[in-house]
Amino acid sequence: MSASFSNKEPFSSWGRIDRRLYPVARPRFAADLAKAIAAPDRPASVLPVGLGRSYGDSCLNAEGGLIVMTGLNRLIEIDEQGMVMRAQAGLSLGEALRVLTPKGLFLPVLPGSQFVTLGGAVANDVHGKNHLKNGTFGRWVRRIGLQRSHGPALSLAPDDPSGLFAATMGGFGLTGAISWVEIGLAPIGSAFLDAEDIPFSSLDEYFQLMAESETFEQRVAWIDCTRPGRGVFTRANVRHDGNFQIGPARPALSAPLDGASFLFNGVTLRAFNFAYAAAHRASVRPVHYSKFYFPLDAVGDWNRLYGARGFRQYQCVVPEGAARDAVHEMLYLIARSGEGSMLAVLKAFGPKPSPGLMSFATEGHTLALDFPNHGERTLRLMARLDEIVLEAGGRIYAGKDGRAPARTFQRMYPRWRELERMRDPAIRSDFWSRVSAT
Amino acid sequence: MTRPIARRVIILGAQSAIAEAAARRFAAEGSRFVLVGRDLARLNEIAADLRVRGAAACEVEALDLVEARDPRGRMRAWVDTLGGISLVLIAFGVLGDQEEAERDLHALDRLLAVNFNAPAVWAATAAEIMMAQGGGTVMAIGSVAGDRGRQSNYAYGAAKAGIGVFMQGLAHRLAPSGARAVLVKPGFVDTPMTAGFAKGGPLWASPDQIGAAIWRAADKGGPIVYAPWFWRFIMLIIRAVPAFVIHRSKL
Ligand SMILES: Cc1cc2nc3c(=O)[nH]c(=O)nc-3n(C[C@H](O)[C@H](O)[C@H](O)COP(=O)(O)OP(=O)(O)OC[C@H]3O[C@@H](n4cnc5c(N)ncnc54)[C@H](O)[C@@H]3O)c2cc1C
Ligand SMILES: NC(=O)c1ccc[n+]([C@@H]2O[C@H](COP(=O)([O-])OP(=O)(O)OC[C@H]3O[C@@H](n4cnc5c(N)ncnc54)[C@H](OP(=O)(O)O)[C@@H]3O)[C@@H](O)[C@H]2O)c1
Repeated sequence: MSASFSNKEPFSSWGRIDRRLYPVARPRFAADLAKAIAAPDRPASVLPVGLGRSYGDSCLNAEGGLIVMTGLNRLIEIDEQGMVMRAQAGLSLGEALRVLTPKGLFLPVLPGSQFVTLGGAVANDVHGKNHLKNGTFGRWVRRIGLQRSHGPALSLAPDDPSGLFAATMGGFGLTGAISWVEIGLAPIGSAFLDAEDIPFSSLDEYFQLMAESETFEQRVAWIDCTRPGRGVFTRANVRHDGNFQIGPARPALSAPLDGASFLFNGVTLRAFNFAYAAAHRASVRPVHYSKFYFPLDAVGDWNRLYGARGFRQYQCVVPEGAARDAVHEMLYLIARSGEGSMLAVLKAFGPKPSPGLMSFATEGHTLALDFPNHGERTLRLMARLDEIVLEAGGRIYAGKDGRAPARTFQRMYPRWRELERMRDPAIRSDFWSRVSAT
Repeated sequence: MTRPIARRVIILGAQSAIAEAAARRFAAEGSRFVLVGRDLARLNEIAADLRVRGAAACEVEALDLVEARDPRGRMRAWVDTLGGISLVLIAFGVLGDQEEAERDLHALDRLLAVNFNAPAVWAATAAEIMMAQGGGTVMAIGSVAGDRGRQSNYAYGAAKAGIGVFMQGLAHRLAPSGARAVLVKPGFVDTPMTAGFAKGGPLWASPDQIGAAIWRAADKGGPIVYAPWFWRFIMLIIRAVPAFVIHRSKL
């Protein structure tokens, strides 16, 4: 049935560098999941995955099969008074919002795409533009269901003495398949936010804007990589106009053609960056949540524009004290490299501790950039960025990474062995094989 | 888009991916449901979701819809549970294995029973009640496979063709009463039924696309609805291809 691995299906991560066929199980019901992960005839290793919105190889398992969780997408309960939602882990955040919004409720932490599953959000303990106020997604998770290859279905709370909850939160899917998620919600007064865009021309201004915008829940900066220091700072709060219009289920547009990579050469990049900054000079504007949180979702499959070779993302966090110099150095290095990063996003992480053993978010500033895949050249640049990050006492984001050497990763995440000890022996990912090598 | 219509809906084969997608749309409008399928735990997973999405009530019943006795009595009881009926959706079906149906006559018999006999009987019981109440829609899911017999799946296709003619005839009979009968004919849909197929490309639809077509057809439109609509034209062409051409193909 649907829960067997007899079919081969194409799967890739968002960066599309490694595209191949996998034996796939697609559980639709809770019982299918238990069967798939423990099936005697399953591939030697499996990996639970969601919507493949991580960029690198954390959702890939070239040596085994995948359990695609998106068929387990049902709501289980919403307690409106208690502001708690329980749903199966394959439900997308966007779909959850479409049900929650009319009730005046919302997910307290959202990444930059609505096409992310609850399970994926837990497995990378994702963050949003409001980390200073709300911390990571995992801080709001009250309980999770975990299906491992041996033993019964588990229900784990943050105070779980075995440590399995903390290992699963930001645990890259390695401890078992997350079958359902129970999460606290935030009340909203509108589906719209009041957003304000402020152009800035130096990194110092960015740090100042971030510091003086304390009354704004949402804070993010877009940086022009061709002229480091120049950018647009966006800050926003939810409105209170009682308009609870829901967002679109699907992208309005789809990528016109595979590999319009001419869009990404130096010249058009400069033009794009300039236009982008200019468009943002208008001041306060009401903006729907779907446009504010998920601007890139407007074009479906935009990742295909990078063409057959795909692309990589680099995201790191560097601690507050070292951030100014490190971000400066990285941006200049990137500008000089001419590797054409089109999107650079700079955000701040506050002091709220992340609940996962391996959670990415730690206090400081986080920089994220896309690079078209130019093979060795791109890898060399990223290795140099790693050096700057290590020097500054920072770390990279596994959900975006597909190439950091084990040595580098292990220095950034010294507790990795604890996760390895709690890994489900039936689960493997390309990412984990790479970074846990000794 | 919420229409102010809270319906009373019975779904036979409610575990079907297509039926569930349709049910979510009706749930968002505050409808009441009786869900019938073979596995209680699965039906309960679906029912919980429909309640959260807005269903005013959701009863479940585990039943083999081919083996079930006393269909008239059961249909009556479900309608009574709901206090009336707006839509009966007959969604259960089995793609089966054509070669097995050629070798084993019992398999052929079962394939015809699940895809034609049983749906026809259930549709008949729903139609009686709707005719008496002077409204409501009985809808079955057919298939474009019923539009032309082909060596690869003509047993399944024949049953789907049969239920098509049955629903068309029923629509004719019901017309004066104000009740409706509809056959929805999907093309390729990405569901567990097609698990073994290579998917992707413009001909493959999501269960939600078919769910949307079912939702629209619950209120208005003719007795035969292709989903997505372009299959009407594809099948027009396929039906027109001369036999000698088809016979040279592996279709
Ligand atoms: C446009 C865009 C913007 C983004 N913005 C942000 C952002 O602002 N902040 C941020 O933190 N991230 C961001 N991301 C990254 C994204 O949120 C994460 O990579 C997320 O984990 C993807 O979820 P997914 O459902 O697609 O899971 P996948 O990518 O399929 O899998 C990701 C990981 O989760 C595991 N996993 C998935 N489901 C389960 C499950 N049910 N049980 C166990 N393990 C599971 C997989 O094994 C894998 O390790 C962005 C991604 C995109 C494409
Ligand atoms: N998928 C396509 O490409 C496609 C194309 C054209 C038409 N259709 C038709 O669409 C309808 C829905 O199918 P689907 O695509 O949604 O596939 P599906 O998810 O496999 O649904 C079929 C359902 O029928 C149920 N069923 C079978 N025999 C039954 C019985 N004796 N009693 C009760 N339930 C029974 C199955 O229940 P169990 O879970 O208990 O087995 C299953 O839930 C079917 O009529 C199918 O023929 C599908």
